[in-house]
Amino acid sequence: MTRVYRWEVLKLLAQKRTYLGLGAAMLVPLIFVVVLIFRSGGPNDIPLGRSIRETGLATPFVVLFFMSIWAFPLITALVSGDIVAAESHNGTLKTILTRSRNRGEIYAAKVLAAFTYTVLVIAAMGLVGVVAASIEWGFNDLTSLSGTTVSAWHGLGLLAASLAIYAWPMAGIAAFGLFLSTVTRNSASAVVGTLLWALLMQLLGVLPGTESIRPYLLGEQFQAWHGFLRTPADWTPVVRALWVCAFYVGVPLAAGYLVFLRRDVAGE
Amino acid sequence: MRGAPPIEPLPVEARGLVKRYGDIVAVDHVDLSVERGDVFGYLGPNGAGKTTSLRMLLGLIRPTAGAARLFGRDPIVDGARALDGVAGFVEGPRFYPYLSGRRNLRLLGDLDGGVPAARIDEVLDVVELRDRAKDRVGGYSHGMRQRLGIAGALLRDPKLLLLDEPATGLDPGGMRDMRELIKRLAADGITILLSSHILAEVEELCNRVAIIRTGRIIYEGRLDELLESAGGGYLLRASDPERARAVLLAHGIDGVQLVERELRFQADAGAVEAATVALGKAGIGISLLAPHTATLEELFLGMTEEAA
Repeated sequence: MTRVYRWEVLKLLAQKRTYLGLGAAMLVPLIFVVVLIFRSGGPNDIPLGRSIRETGLATPFVVLFFMSIWAFPLITALVSGDIVAAESHNGTLKTILTRSRNRGEIYAAKVLAAFTYTVLVIAAMGLVGVVAASIEWGFNDLTSLSGTTVSAWHGLGLLAASLAIYAWPMAGIAAFGLFLSTVTRNSASAVVGTLLWALLMQLLGVLPGTESIRPYLLGEQFQAWHGFLRTPADWTPVVRALWVCAFYVGVPLAAGYLVFLRRDVAGE
Repeated sequence: MRGAPPIEPLPVEARGLVKRYGDIVAVDHVDLSVERGDVFGYLGPNGAGKTTSLRMLLGLIRPTAGAARLFGRDPIVDGARALDGVAGFVEGPRFYPYLSGRRNLRLLGDLDGGVPAARIDEVLDVVELRDRAKDRVGGYSHGMRQRLGIAGALLRDPKLLLLDEPATGLDPGGMRDMRELIKRLAADGITILLSSHILAEVEELCNRVAIIRTGRIIYEGRLDELLESAGGGYLLRASDPERARAVLLAHGIDGVQLVERELRFQADAGAVEAATVALGKAGIGISLLAPHTATLEELFLGMTEEAA
């Protein structure tokens, strides 16, 4: 299994689209810092926006706020929507399915590789953001949304926790991308379909009349990390995200697995 | 009392294989038996169901009915274990274009549990690709990909090779090299199931054949027996071949082929004698009537076009 997973990662590393998403995740916080160096003012009306020049720790939170809505879903979809469909397109699925590995093992390795990529791009954004911004504005204490001050290291812990809890709904997006990639066998359809799914989940959340189901929509979980910015931490959205996203991860993965296990590999 | 020796499972045994796509029956109750040491030719026109059958043998598609076994194991039931000792490709080998030939082979080797680098060099040598092994497969010619496909199959040290049209798209030199390679592999004791519509290749390489037409097997057996069965063939050169064919048909001689203004057919001597008299009465001149042993190509065309 480790070997199959390793090759899935190596295949990702050999493809341009991998670097497109990873590069974007690293470039956005850099551009953000550079723009704020040369321009006064800032994103005052978003969480931690006012603290942007007080500590380098605020930048990754603010960038996450912007990227959480569609940039990260898009980056996630780029890889997860392609990871099975590209093999169908290249005809390599039949190559790897006629070796000594069962279909379940191949599928599991692809799931793990797609999740690894999702976690990696989110972590890369956080790391580049905190390093670049700290060089300019220092690694100082952070003022939480409740107005209390937390130490820089505590703030770093909150950033790690925020990125981790944000990665969980992104795993839901990746799972849906894998499902579409398996079912459609077409990379473009799977990527676009996954992005539309992410946007639909957020759109449903702002429509009137959806209040009762809103807490259970995937889009709502994109903001669960805001709970960590309060003192003491508000665990309600975090805990809800944990179990709601388990559903959004589990169902498409299971459906994709069943399709992958039984599908005919023909004419591809 | 000693019991009977255990029966060794056949390298390939398909029984009643059916694959249906909606109303279309791509493979219709196909039975195949490939024995140890065979170079088995699987022949049929395009779209006859050869590749679909091979896909079912390799477990890539699920049969609608029937079962396929490789060395006694069903790929649908036993999964990848059924492919132990089996290698090959269907519809041309496919590789990751962005990886080098060597890395592609390493990947395949790792999917088989890992192979030493020296073994990869060995198979690259067998297919004469070692000097291009560092290049990306995206830049390989069709022939090089076919050879890399064979290399990928050999990495598994197979006892059974399933090759789908291995010489298709190769230039004459490439086709000759591929034939030599298959001969060498067969001489090493590997059982080979070869789908092809290059009949000269099959005639040169195979000891047994199956012929499939519109999803059904119309012949399975030894190639030499098939060719012998074509004894009693005749070659006729007549002044009006089209009318001559009609006369032959009227005398109960069917399966008459018109090849380059010559008629080829099979019939017993009595029918031929009666036909010559009829041809004379019809005013059709005969410049040549001679016994003729059919080639595999003539037999194949006769069998596959009979019902068309």
